[in-house]
Amino acid sequence: MKKIEKRRSQLYVPGNSPSMLQNCMVFGADGVLLDLEDSVSIYQKDSARFLVSQALSFLNFGDIEVVVRINAIDTPFCKDDLEAIIPLKPDAIRLPKTSSVEDIINYENLISQIEEKNNIPIGTTKIVPMLETAIAIENAYDIAKSSKRIVAITIGGEDLTADLKVTRTREGQELYWARAKVALAASAAKVAALDTVYSDVNDDEGLRKDTQTIKELGFDGKACINPRQIQIIHEVFNPTPQEIEKAIEIIKASRQNEGGVVSLNGKMIDYPVVKRAEITLSRAGINPSDI
Amino acid sequence: MHKNAVGRYIPESIKGYGQLKPFMGSDSYNPEQINKQGGIIKRYSSDRNKVLSSIEEAIKATGLKDGMTISFHHHFRNGDMVLVPVIEAIARMGIKNLTLAPSSLTEPHDVIAPYVKDKVITKIITSGLRKKLGEMASNGEIEYPVLFHSHGGRARRIEEGSTKIDVAFIAAPGCDFMGNINGTDSITPCGSLGYSHIDAKYANYVVAITNDIKQTPLTRISIPHYLVDYIVKVDNIGDPKKIGTAATRITTNPMDLLLARISADIIAASPYFKDGFSFQTGSGGAALATTKFLKEHMLKRNIKARFATGGITSYQVELLKEGLIQTLYDVQSFDLNASLSMRDNPNHVEMDSSFYANPFNTGPIVNYLDVVILSALEVDTKFNVNVVTGSNGIIREASGGHCDTAYGAKLTIVIAPSFRSRIPIIVDDVTTVITPGEDVDILVTERGIAVNPKRNDIKDWIKDAGYPVYDINDLKNNIEKITGKPQPIKFTDEIVALVEYRDGTIIDTIRKIAK
Repeated sequence: MKKIEKRRSQLYVPGNSPSMLQNCMVFGADGVLLDLEDSVSIYQKDSARFLVSQALSFLNFGDIEVVVRINAIDTPFCKDDLEAIIPLKPDAIRLPKTSSVEDIINYENLISQIEEKNNIPIGTTKIVPMLETAIAIENAYDIAKSSKRIVAITIGGEDLTADLKVTRTREGQELYWARAKVALAASAAKVAALDTVYSDVNDDEGLRKDTQTIKELGFDGKACINPRQIQIIHEVFNPTPQEIEKAIEIIKASRQNEGGVVSLNGKMIDYPVVKRAEITLSRAGINPSDI
Repeated sequence: MHKNAVGRYIPESIKGYGQLKPFMGSDSYNPEQINKQGGIIKRYSSDRNKVLSSIEEAIKATGLKDGMTISFHHHFRNGDMVLVPVIEAIARMGIKNLTLAPSSLTEPHDVIAPYVKDKVITKIITSGLRKKLGEMASNGEIEYPVLFHSHGGRARRIEEGSTKIDVAFIAAPGCDFMGNINGTDSITPCGSLGYSHIDAKYANYVVAITNDIKQTPLTRISIPHYLVDYIVKVDNIGDPKKIGTAATRITTNPMDLLLARISADIIAASPYFKDGFSFQTGSGGAALATTKFLKEHMLKRNIKARFATGGITSYQVELLKEGLIQTLYDVQSFDLNASLSMRDNPNHVEMDSSFYANPFNTGPIVNYLDVVILSALEVDTKFNVNVVTGSNGIIREASGGHCDTAYGAKLTIVIAPSFRSRIPIIVDDVTTVITPGEDVDILVTERGIAVNPKRNDIKDWIKDAGYPVYDINDLKNNIEKITGKPQPIKFTDEIVALVEYRDGTIIDTIRKIAK
């Protein structure tokens, strides 16, 4: 099993686009989302499933997280998608429109059957439920802890705003509460929290602000629809040199008095401060024990 | 046949060009004494009016005859509206067997194909050939082989008389009543007229074709009136909106942007990236976009460029305005912003093609370049680069200043996606050598970077920039794991084009496509 250390960016790749599939791994995203759902028209579901299966079999994705978004369980494509994709062992499968624990159980039953049929140990396939309705947001914590397969939960902004009967804005105020709830639920359930896409690919500043907001809410990363968005997302999530320097100072200071409270430049350094410094360093790719 | 320094067999002579000198290495050929060849001297009466009423009248006045050589510039690129009507007029007048020696040919020139077939034009000497004309050349449908030169090579050819222009027809956006010309003072500007200066100096006759004869004298003069024999006013000479083609436009393509970012990171990690450095970006979206990412490094490290050269786009203009580049030397302006900047900003300087890249003058500006970023259609494991023939073996692009800048710059970076439409770009042997591998230092693809073994010093600082370095053979094999290995293209033995290196030696030939 691949160890996924960073989930700052997940690049959506339409499953019916050979040229995008073959190149999606070179843009530096932490993960790719090979999509069989909304970016593929209903007439191309079979060809996209075939193409994504071929891509998983033959392309070298390196060490990035490879996730396939399948069609929802209430469509005629879901079972075929899972049967084709599970034996190819992507890092995870994104499950659209999960609104309740029951939904997760239904998906999980199907996944387990297919794993069994293919002699894959039950539980191997990891999942990422997508919370895209008001009720899903209300159930966020229950969903997040409903299965051991869950590695992350994510919010689906487009469907959610439709369900909330609000318009998506540049500022994203309409999603604030839902996002906060998802981030909190993910933290409580000890899974990653992943954010929805920022759909205006030409608005770099808007993307930067949106990413800053979700970072502050506690998200681990964000989906994107154009490779040009990856760098901006990473810039927001990457600690600045000043943040790294400060984190190193904190770790060093904490070593002086193992387990207890110390002071650094007149400020109290206790366990949560040290913990945050460790998170900063690991986001910068630095192992705190190397300090 | 002689085997030249890049392993290509070059005939001793060929029809229409006589004896050929094989390429001996980019720094090896020293010509015997050659005198500059000028145009004829004339004395006109002091009261003559050089304005004529039509293209036909001008053609007649120059005495253009069968077998002569005519030239044009390609500053309007896909918006050019001068070359075609001139050739149509020549055809109507029954003149045949002409040599067409433009600075380059672009897509709208396809419509002259029938005149090539009817032998109005029997020889083409150019930097580039595209679409239908490229196909005709590759199919052996042009009477004499085409000769491809670089931009610097063209200046040299004209100065030494290898290309003797009888009549230069110059699309002249800004043109006053005396015949002073520039490319900027016009409602249809094309910016720099860098490729035309040399034609005006060395041609026997010069015809300025303009859409507006100004009664106020021009003050910014690219070509002085005393070199211009005739002026003709027509309705349209070019559409500036069509100057920016895919090759010269600012890109939003993620792959181009990725390649540009990697290249900029490598430049920033190189010892050449210091205050006062100089650079050029070649045409092609990724190469041009490198400037955008280089800017971020320049700001971060407070580094300014002494100058930038080449085809100039809005990217470099932005840096000039912000003081990050001190001087822009512009041989051709790739968009309207570049044209306007050259008109208004004294630090944006028009340069001619000899100033730019002529190997046999006292020192073209390419020799002062620190870094150049160039595109490629194919690169081989010896780092030779092809920018003229496509993956089907057919002529489709232009040589431009590729080999000139690769030779001159201290660091030459070639960038290309590792494959285009399933065709890998790294091959055992490029279809056509335009730039010899000895002048290429780094190949950047999105799937890895390869360094020419003769530049082992480079490897360390690429690693410092955070990128792994691959052996070019390994990189090629990795890419072929995705694409497979294409079938070789089949050619006949018939030579349909010569590729002249900038010094006048022959670096490669292009053969007729087998049916």
